[in-house]
Amino acid sequence: MENTLLVIVLAPLIAAILAGIFGRFIGRAGAHTVTILGVATACVLSILTLKQLVTGEAQNYYGNLYTWLVSDGVQMNVGFMVDRLTAMMMVVVTFVSLCVHVYTIGYMADDPGYQRFFSYISLFTFSMLMLVMSNNFMQLFFGWEAVGVVSYLLIGFWYTRPTAIFANLKAFLVNRVGDFGFVLGIAAVLYYTGSLDYREVFAAAHHAFAGKTMEIIPGYAWDAITVTCLLLFVGAMGKSAQMPLHVWLPDSMEGPTPISALIHAATMVTAGIFMVARMSPLFEMSETALNTVLIIGSCTAFFMGLLGLVNNDIKRVVAYSTLSQLGYMTVALGVSAYAGAVFHLMTHAFFKALLFLAAGSVIIGMHHEQDMRKMGNLRKYMPITYWTCLIGSLALIGFPGTSGFFSKDALIEAVSESHLPAARFAYYCVLSGVFITAFYSFRLVFMTFHGKERFDTSEAAHAHDSHAVADKHDDHTHGHDDHSHDDHAHDDHGHHGGVPHESPWVVTLPLVLLAIPSLFIGWFTIGPMLFGDYFGSAIVVEESHNVLGELAHEFHGSAGFVEHGITQLPFFLAMGGVFFAWLFYVKLTDVPGKIASAFSPLYKLFENKYFFDDVYFAVFAKGSRNLGQALWKVGDSIFIDGLLVNGSARAVGWFASVIRGIQTGRLYSYAFTMIIGLAVTLGWFVLHWLR
Amino acid sequence: MIDWPILSVLVWLPIAVGVVLLALGERAVVAGRWLALLGSLATFVLSLPLWMNFDVTTAAMQFVEYREWINAFNATYHLGVDGFAMPLVVLTTFITPFVVLAGWTAIENRQTQYYAAFLILEGLMVGVFASLDALLFYVFWEAMLIPMFIIIGIWGGPRRVYATIKFFLYTFLGSVFMLVALIYLHLKSGGFEITAFQTMKLTMDEQLLIFIAFLLAFAVKVPMWPVHTWLPDAHVEAPTGGSVILAAIMLKMGGYGFLRFSLPIAPDASHELDWLMISLSLIAVVYIGFVALVQQDMKKLIAYSSIAHMGFVTLGSFLAWEIVRATGSIQGAAMGLDGAMVQMISHGLISGAMFLGVGVMYDRVHSREISAYGGVVNKMPIFAAFFVLFSMANSGLPATSGFVGEFLVILAAFKADFWYAFLAAMTLILGAAYTLWLVKRVIFGTVTNEHVAHVEDVNGREFIMMAVLAVAVLALGLWPAPLLQVMKPSVEHLVQHIMMSKLPLPL
Repeated sequence: MENTLLVIVLAPLIAAILAGIFGRFIGRAGAHTVTILGVATACVLSILTLKQLVTGEAQNYYGNLYTWLVSDGVQMNVGFMVDRLTAMMMVVVTFVSLCVHVYTIGYMADDPGYQRFFSYISLFTFSMLMLVMSNNFMQLFFGWEAVGVVSYLLIGFWYTRPTAIFANLKAFLVNRVGDFGFVLGIAAVLYYTGSLDYREVFAAAHHAFAGKTMEIIPGYAWDAITVTCLLLFVGAMGKSAQMPLHVWLPDSMEGPTPISALIHAATMVTAGIFMVARMSPLFEMSETALNTVLIIGSCTAFFMGLLGLVNNDIKRVVAYSTLSQLGYMTVALGVSAYAGAVFHLMTHAFFKALLFLAAGSVIIGMHHEQDMRKMGNLRKYMPITYWTCLIGSLALIGFPGTSGFFSKDALIEAVSESHLPAARFAYYCVLSGVFITAFYSFRLVFMTFHGKERFDTSEAAHAHDSHAVADKHDDHTHGHDDHSHDDHAHDDHGHHGGVPHESPWVVTLPLVLLAIPSLFIGWFTIGPMLFGDYFGSAIVVEESHNVLGELAHEFHGSAGFVEHGITQLPFFLAMGGVFFAWLFYVKLTDVPGKIASAFSPLYKLFENKYFFDDVYFAVFAKGSRNLGQALWKVGDSIFIDGLLVNGSARAVGWFASVIRGIQTGRLYSYAFTMIIGLAVTLGWFVLHWLR
Repeated sequence: MIDWPILSVLVWLPIAVGVVLLALGERAVVAGRWLALLGSLATFVLSLPLWMNFDVTTAAMQFVEYREWINAFNATYHLGVDGFAMPLVVLTTFITPFVVLAGWTAIENRQTQYYAAFLILEGLMVGVFASLDALLFYVFWEAMLIPMFIIIGIWGGPRRVYATIKFFLYTFLGSVFMLVALIYLHLKSGGFEITAFQTMKLTMDEQLLIFIAFLLAFAVKVPMWPVHTWLPDAHVEAPTGGSVILAAIMLKMGGYGFLRFSLPIAPDASHELDWLMISLSLIAVVYIGFVALVQQDMKKLIAYSSIAHMGFVTLGSFLAWEIVRATGSIQGAAMGLDGAMVQMISHGLISGAMFLGVGVMYDRVHSREISAYGGVVNKMPIFAAFFVLFSMANSGLPATSGFVGEFLVILAAFKADFWYAFLAAMTLILGAAYTLWLVKRVIFGTVTNEHVAHVEDVNGREFIMMAVLAVAVLALGLWPAPLLQVMKPSVEHLVQHIMMSKLPLPL
């Protein structure tokens, strides 16, 4: 098995190196061929691995490739741990990545950075696989940071755009805040368990953390396990964009759409969810940590969903929906329904990648328009995009029978079963979230694909397909200051217009490929994954937290689950959301404007994203620059240099000039002074000790 | 085993080549350039047996050479390396060829003298790391200042006179106190053997004074806050090669000094003053991190970043007693020292690469101001790829060498105190902020400057320099185990040594 796993990891890496370093020689076709081959290989082998694990042909794999280093008796390795949790992640990552690779052929067709793009997304696939397949914290952190770097490179892919290179720096730094906590969490794990290997840590955890407390603030003893879990969770908050570290994800939409689908929806942002699920043996030991996770997740699910209601940029609506759904997954983690979180992670990966790719298809079809107010009735022009987008939206709102239904309904039920103090709050958040999700999802569908055609076709003669090239040339005009207002950051250059058109097959094929699991995967997987023993020992749940175990008693097959679902509150909330979206955006299209002006303070609050960006910018970005400036000018220049260094130099110089009566400022006079000083000191020392 | 005096060769071969270059004068510039390159490459090749034949099972000195030198003082010509010195010697011989290459076309006057200065400097630096006799060490230590002084003073920028004087005063002032301490130790032990100093009993008063004397010398070299202000000025004025040597090797002398002198000679004083060392280290990481953020000059920014990174070296070196206090066990102290050593080697590679990168840009645009750049990637994509890689390494990305040392030190610091780790880990945010903000403003964006609009990408010479360093940075990041293995016995020996009090027993 080790060789298979090695091939799975290395195939995308080698492809990335070939496309990246030798891109010039192998050309565009060469670059996409080699990277698609690499990822396809990884995908096929991942599916085989999953099959072997499910059928029992192969046992869970745990092994080291090589020893990274040994320090002070602690051995850190590079190796793999592949159980069913990992195998599922591998399949999701490689499958979505493969779809995105194919899609990119169409989406980036005219971009001068074609080979570079393929190299990056293959490198991303490698990094993400290293992250999920790791068998230790060090390698987890490697994968964690590596996906962050590739995300940085891809958000800033169009590096001449001021907004893009602002967004990628912001994304990296906010993630680093998360990583700061994460690294301390890893240090805590090593401190208490003496190891960084998953197996050893989990085996030792109970004993190692039992009764241990930490006094971070003297006088306040906190449970060591709580501190450790919270520190690790800070990492997850960064990567999975939980409030208040969510600010980077909407801005990351500056990157090309394929990576929004792959990185900022399906895979990288779910790394935090995966990590917490992987660490379930640790998180189960601290109810305080679980409650915190629950509250953070609930807030993210609810408040970020609200922002989706007012945005008019098609990609950003999907981005806020991603934030909200990540909140849902975090909520599931908080109530110990790790399997539910991972299950939702999987279904979400399919339907959200689908939605992003569909949005990208719309953007191409509209000649680079991202503003939904300038769309409408696109179903006439883009039938495949329309239907697949509809499927994705249905899955997202949890329409009975779709994959999202199974995962979201189970998740909400799980929250209602939980006995944690924060569970009630979480329950209301996720429940109202259902309505909000349905509303903004179908607002998107109706504004884009239904209603009146609001786009301007007068420039029909001007229609052309090149988008990326055009993007690169036309956007310095709206270069903001570093402080970007992301609502205006879409590429509204001068090439709009023309009749919308359906995208080429390389774009629509991935849509169809993703639509299939978005519709059906829930049917087959809910039983084993949520209520069966699919995850086996990969996920550990304390008996008292076992909400999914409670639900399992009532579970009688997928069909029964659907039947039960359509009698429940979430279903009616979802339908209500769709209805109001239809009412406001198809029927009574002047109502939303009136509501917005009637509740204008609230609308302002949403439009400015609760002012998180402005506050962070003022406090952290400006604040640290001012602090740096003060330390530099006052501390270094005035105090140290001015007073101590130049001051003593002047003093020495003055002293020398008095004694010797010669000009100062010459090196030898300083040196001479020093030699005198040396002699005096020496003499003193010698006299003092030798008597 | 090696039956030729390898360390002497590594010290004197580059010096000899340097002298030949000086004799050659400006008559044969091209030949001199090649001679310098071949000489430095030959020195590097000859240093490889050090690594390959190094016995990783012992903390004892290896490749030892011993000759009489100045009998009147009992000073000897005594060379040898252990797990601390050997990697630094190899780092020195590895970096020097880059310096020669960096000056290839950029230096236009007195070229042979320029190369001669660097080769002589190389020999002296190897001498510092390899000396086992304190007087010999001191001679190399001070002699080293002269070529560096000349390099900045002759081939430096417009404010070079201020910078050289500041550099000279700072370092010379520090060293003078070290000399006093060495003379005292000599008088007490009767010789200049460093190993004898290490085993000699000393009272607390003696240890404290000796520690402070050493501290003044080494803190200036590292440099530690608040005696760091010479470094940004020196870097800004130094030619590219000078900056590379300064950052990559000369700063390491301070870190090495703590491991070779301060800790083993005055362990009780080190224990007594470890709060000071830890505080200054953390100030370096945090305070300097903020200062680096607001620099307008690329070289100054990287200089400040060097100070912050060297903070990890001093932090890792002085954690032992705090770990014992917090956990009751010495477990973790060696990890701090491991981290400190790895950080030194890694910083040598990364800071060298960063300064070379700035040099590549400076050669084309003749400005170090960040605001003079922007959009370099449009004109120099290959260079940009390297620069981004080194910047990532500078911000401590895993899989680059920059991660290893910082990670180990943070892990060890957590054992000592949560807040030490907390403040040290700030580097994750600050390091990324100042480095990637630099990248944003210099590399990315659109070309706004006339000079940048007409630059060409790296040539073959520059490509090779960047590529070799990139490979080294990645190799050390992906597989640091061999380096750790080489250091292991010496680190363990040092930990055991400093845990035993050297105070004389009361009579």
